[in-house]
Amino acid sequence: MKNPLDSLGQTVTLGFVLTLIVIGLIHVIA
Amino acid sequence: MEFVSAEWWNLCFRWLHVMSGIMWIGHLWYFNFTQTPTMPKIPAELRPAIPRFIMPEALWWFRWGAMSTIVFGILLAIMNGYLGQAIIIGIGTHSAHITAIGIGMWLGTIMWANVWFIIWPNQQKVLGMVEASAEQKTRSARVAGLASRTNTLLSIPMVYCMTSIHFY
Repeated sequence: MKNPLDSLGQTVTLGFVLTLIVIGLIHVIA
Repeated sequence: MEFVSAEWWNLCFRWLHVMSGIMWIGHLWYFNFTQTPTMPKIPAELRPAIPRFIMPEALWWFRWGAMSTIVFGILLAIMNGYLGQAIIIGIGTHSAHITAIGIGMWLGTIMWANVWFIIWPNQQKVLGMVEASAEQKTRSARVAGLASRTNTLLSIPMVYCMTSIHFY
């Protein structure tokens, strides 16, 4: 399987996905 | 705001923290958005200029920018009295503000460690600053490249956390 980090586009997309997870985490913890 | 008061130092450290962060993440994004994708398009005879002249200089500002960012960030957290609570990402405080800054601090700290303990030691081998075989250089370039991409990924939620705190 190709590493998604080899693609700049996939890296940035994953960055936004992780941001959504972080936003959820902030609401759950606080 | 009184000149050279605690509030003034707070603003001063925040200013230096943000400037250092721009120096660091600016270089990170330059590597990932500009340099790496452009390398294959550069004529072979011009390519050696990148590792010989650009990279050593860019990596200096990059890694010391990272160091300066974390130092001023920690000073700010101490001055504002939330370092301990931020380390435990605000669990039990019921403060989204502290949770956001805490997660941002952890992401930033992982990125700082990536710079100093993975990217920089491997780049030194790639650039010939530290002796390495051709095989080690190829491996180091791969490891440094993936660590740099990981930091690009982490920079997106990290900047969200750092800039969102006043909205929580």
